[in-house]
Amino acid sequence: MKEFQHQQAAHCESGVVSALVSHAGLELSEPMAFGLASALAFAYIPIVKLAGMPLISYRMWPGAIMRAMPKRLGVAMNIQKFGSVQQGTEALDAALDKGQVVGLQTCIYWLPYIPDQFRFHFNGHNIIVYGRDGNDYLISDPVFEMTTRCSREALIKARFAKGALQPKGLMYHPTSVPSQINYKVMIPKVIKANYRNMMQPIFPMIGIKGIRYLSKQILKLEKHADRDRYLPLYLTHIVRMQEEVGSGGAGFRFLYASFLQEAGTLLNNETLQQAAKELTDAGDEWRRFALRATKMVRGREEMSLNSLLNSLSDTLNLVADREAAVWKRLRNFAID
Amino acid sequence: MDKQSVPQDHSSTYEGLSKLLYAMDENGKYVGVRSTGWEAESFSTELAVAEMNNQRDDAWKRAREGKTSALEYHMYRKRMDLDTLVMITGLWRWRVHRHFKPSIYAKLSEKVLSRYADALGVSIVELRQLPSHP
Repeated sequence: MKEFQHQQAAHCESGVVSALVSHAGLELSEPMAFGLASALAFAYIPIVKLAGMPLISYRMWPGAIMRAMPKRLGVAMNIQKFGSVQQGTEALDAALDKGQVVGLQTCIYWLPYIPDQFRFHFNGHNIIVYGRDGNDYLISDPVFEMTTRCSREALIKARFAKGALQPKGLMYHPTSVPSQINYKVMIPKVIKANYRNMMQPIFPMIGIKGIRYLSKQILKLEKHADRDRYLPLYLTHIVRMQEEVGSGGAGFRFLYASFLQEAGTLLNNETLQQAAKELTDAGDEWRRFALRATKMVRGREEMSLNSLLNSLSDTLNLVADREAAVWKRLRNFAID
Repeated sequence: MDKQSVPQDHSSTYEGLSKLLYAMDENGKYVGVRSTGWEAESFSTELAVAEMNNQRDDAWKRAREGKTSALEYHMYRKRMDLDTLVMITGLWRWRVHRHFKPSIYAKLSEKVLSRYADALGVSIVELRQLPSHP
């Protein structure tokens, strides 16, 4: 049996899927896994609160990348959820004893090897288990450089955590992979689907419109009743959603740009190469936004609050303009 | 982002670990680049953690003064808020809120307490007590 190779990735789910599919015999880079799943998005969801702040997401919901693999790639994926802790644990042990390498959905808070400051109650963290040793599971968490271990008790807690997006022990592994991918057919398809995420959303707070909506929300901060407490928390919340949550930088924009470049090279296509560059520029603008927002919270800039918020809001509109231009270019590619 | 612009700020929040970013090398080709941290990001993380610690300390103080139950303190200690605890325990929101009253919390059955214990990952004995410092 082939020995499992740990590989560091930017994002947990695309990292897990890329590693599992590659282990099963079909080489798949992390950006390619992300891109083939049309996983780039933007969503501002005020009704879902994280520590009192609106949910801001830069990608599709957890599970979307893993679930895209059968349809998009023809990878046969065994996906199981469990009604009880006992069933879920026995199934994991049995799979590992057969030499299988599996992906799991977990709550990041209960994983003891995660640095303390990143431990929040978020149920969508994906990891790989590649073996067990006594009371420990051998873990390949793609956001880290090295493999690690996790005790049986801790992993049970993490797999069966309750609340929003509860994993219910979710466990998956590819059972067969195609020998090759027809990139020529697949790439326009997945880009077209991603175009819809960004340009033709069902709700107004999604996609490019969502970025413009966030830009407007920032202007409202000045009049917020509990401004002195709320404004710093709100702005740094955006920065955290954009950067901290394993995004590869600029809310997955660099990751997707890397996919566009890889696709452009595979298909020898100049439009894709150009779009990769432009999306990189948009990503750089997101990073500038993060830098300015934190500088402002620290009070390093001596400008009136009103003009500071205006400049942040303008930056986001510029981001929206740049991303819209990228998708218009890609639309021509995907539809031709 | 260029490879050289990938920040290497040795953020303490990373605890010596690094994460992977995607950036362009000298030839404009995308590669994975390790980063030891970014000031803007770690500042934001630290602020969020400090806010949670403040809530915890504040609940501890109020529990000391008999204005809330130890439950609220343990909730914040485990980085949850009321919404999260409601969702995880599956109890009604008004009920959890009511259990923040020290007199009512003191009379809770083991059965209800065990739901909190399970959600928060602490023992029932621990749950009933307020430690001497937050």
